[in-house]
Amino acid sequence: MHGGNIFVCVFLFFRLFRLFALRANFSSLSLLLLLCFSIITKNTSQNLISSYIMSLWVDKYRPIELNQCEHVNASVANHLKELVKDGDCPHLLFYGPSGSGKKSLVLALLSTIFGPGAHKTKVEQKTWKIDATSTRKIEVDLMTQSSNYHIEINPSDAGYKDRYVVQEVIKEMARSRPIDAQGNAGYKILVLTECDKLSKEAQHGLRRTMEKYSSACRLILIADSVNRVLEAVRSRCLPVRVAAPRAEDIEKVLYDIAAKEKLTLPPQLCSKVAVFAKRDLRRAILALEACRVANYPFKETQSVQTTDWELYIAQIAAEILAEQSPKRLLQVRGRIYELLVNCIPPTLIFQTLCFYLSKRLDDEMKHEVIRWAAQFEHKLQLGSKAIIHIEAFIAQFMATYKRKLISAFA
Amino acid sequence: MGGEEEQMDVDHQHHAHVQAKKKEPWVDKYRPKKVSDVAYQTEVVSALEKAMETHNLPHMLFYGPPGTGKTTCALAICKQLYGPELGKKRVLELNASDERGISVVRGKIKSFASTTVGEGVPGYPCPPYKILILDEADSMTNDAQSALRRMMETYSRVTRFFILCNYVSKIIDPISSRCAKFRFKSLDGGTMHERINFIAKGENLQLAEGTLQALEHVSAGDMRKAITLLQSAASLFGPELTGDRIREVAGVIPDEKIEELLQLCVAGDSQKSQALAEDILKDGFPCLQILEQFGYYLADSDLLEDEMKAEICLKLGEVEKKLVDGADEWLQLSHCISIATIVCSTKPEK
Repeated sequence: MHGGNIFVCVFLFFRLFRLFALRANFSSLSLLLLLCFSIITKNTSQNLISSYIMSLWVDKYRPIELNQCEHVNASVANHLKELVKDGDCPHLLFYGPSGSGKKSLVLALLSTIFGPGAHKTKVEQKTWKIDATSTRKIEVDLMTQSSNYHIEINPSDAGYKDRYVVQEVIKEMARSRPIDAQGNAGYKILVLTECDKLSKEAQHGLRRTMEKYSSACRLILIADSVNRVLEAVRSRCLPVRVAAPRAEDIEKVLYDIAAKEKLTLPPQLCSKVAVFAKRDLRRAILALEACRVANYPFKETQSVQTTDWELYIAQIAAEILAEQSPKRLLQVRGRIYELLVNCIPPTLIFQTLCFYLSKRLDDEMKHEVIRWAAQFEHKLQLGSKAIIHIEAFIAQFMATYKRKLISAFA
Repeated sequence: MGGEEEQMDVDHQHHAHVQAKKKEPWVDKYRPKKVSDVAYQTEVVSALEKAMETHNLPHMLFYGPPGTGKTTCALAICKQLYGPELGKKRVLELNASDERGISVVRGKIKSFASTTVGEGVPGYPCPPYKILILDEADSMTNDAQSALRRMMETYSRVTRFFILCNYVSKIIDPISSRCAKFRFKSLDGGTMHERINFIAKGENLQLAEGTLQALEHVSAGDMRKAITLLQSAASLFGPELTGDRIREVAGVIPDEKIEELLQLCVAGDSQKSQALAEDILKDGFPCLQILEQFGYYLADSDLLEDEMKAEICLKLGEVEKKLVDGADEWLQLSHCISIATIVCSTKPEK
């Protein structure tokens, strides 16, 4: 992690901490920690931060209206505008890789339907009391972000109770249906993020609720991978594919931001950042901001700082390639643990490790790396202890690699 | 003043009515109302019509692929027998989104099945039994199904069961042996074109050349899917539709990309093929879709020997299973492409 960016995070953390300290309970604290961490890793998309004090560029320059989507997703935005022009919208399902602008499109869509009021959001820690069966009551705590017109939740935070949450929220929204008056659409919108992480039961529960309450409540589902959304749910929504922006488009956005921040951005650096971003706009903007903090005026030769966990994984990969022995495996294990306790998702570790390993290998070994990574990552999904599977992958790779080295020199 | 208000009220109602009309899914709007209107299932329709003449229906089991008219047939029979009013009392429809565990079978279904019927209404045949429709019955547990078997016999005098499912093999034997079975077959292109044209006319859509073919291709005989796609495309793109727009809504990858991917694999260029695969993934296409289209193309391609095709297809199947388990898309796709490249580069010698 870069020094400047850490500073930003720490600063944010303390401001937020003071805000929350008044009603400090441990769950909100731990949530905060997680939140700050999500900034470091990937997800800064929470408006949460922007609505409080200061904002990262990612939030500051998020398009507010569909009209403002110029360089990225322009055609999708136009179609959406067409779709909601008479104030009505069907259930929608946005899907696409992370950093492609799904959330931005949704927020812009909301303000197109409801006007600027949709951006006045408040964050709440809500508790739902739900009758699971006639004898058992369960309580679910969940962070919601809502305006007068919409509620946004990430139901997968509720773990195995997600199914109750989804249904309860929709029912509650249906009960307090807004009056169909001037300037009011007569329905509210429920935004469910990461709905591909919803359990099967929750998704099954959704399908009926979606139909039953569709007059009072429209759903906008956001998913990274549409595979994990049930066909039955998918067929009830209008699917909107959001493609990740290409490097050219990212460059345009970066120039725009630089102009608004009154910075001069040399083209070489710009294209370097765009390539570094791997078609992820969020990554690109964060990287640009990190560059700004590190060094301004920009130099053309300035390097783009990789995030610290990525460097860490690159190091692990180098260590694995340098020596293949039980002793080294043990060392690497400690490092993997370090990553896991810092909440780096195991799948991401697999991907990054795979990327850095295969960078230095010939074609034949590349196939092997991918093969084993795919196999052990799959097992990881079936199992529960991430460390075992990652370690198994590394051990397998070491064995295969060593064997190959020996046969090459023998 | 009063008049004005009234006028406004009427306007408002009219507005609401129009909105409700507009929102209604076309699948429901254009659902055939009579059994005889159900397209393409000629054998089933003629058998059903004969049975309906006698007003005495057996328990029935409809099975076949999705979107072929099973639910439509069941609903149409109910409508024709009871009319709209009595239908509400005499028919209970449960589908997979309703809770249908064993407790529901013992409670709700039993209480519905065991009550005797009331008076009929004039103008409709109104035979003296009720109808219970169990839609998507293959998602019921075996226990729940077993709980049904005795019920079907005990209450057969007052209740007929219509069981609808995709796979007859998922219905336990004792149930299927108690029913008259009807198989619904996948729709052919002609029937589908006719129906789509009819809907397009009703909704004032202009279908460009190739739209029908695209719909037929993408939906693969599933009428409901075709109509839903048509409606989605119309609400997203407006009334002028083309094949490309249909494909866009369906999330189908352009054929050229898949072809290029296959060619790169055959050429043995693992770097480029991996890059292209990742590119398609980044464009937001789901991995399963890529694999499906890849497999489809592969089967038709003459670039490869049959044995090689078989080997790759085996891998595709394996990977599909892993994806369903929730494995990472990028890793699995890379794996698949790498296998394809390996298989292609080790060409068997003749």
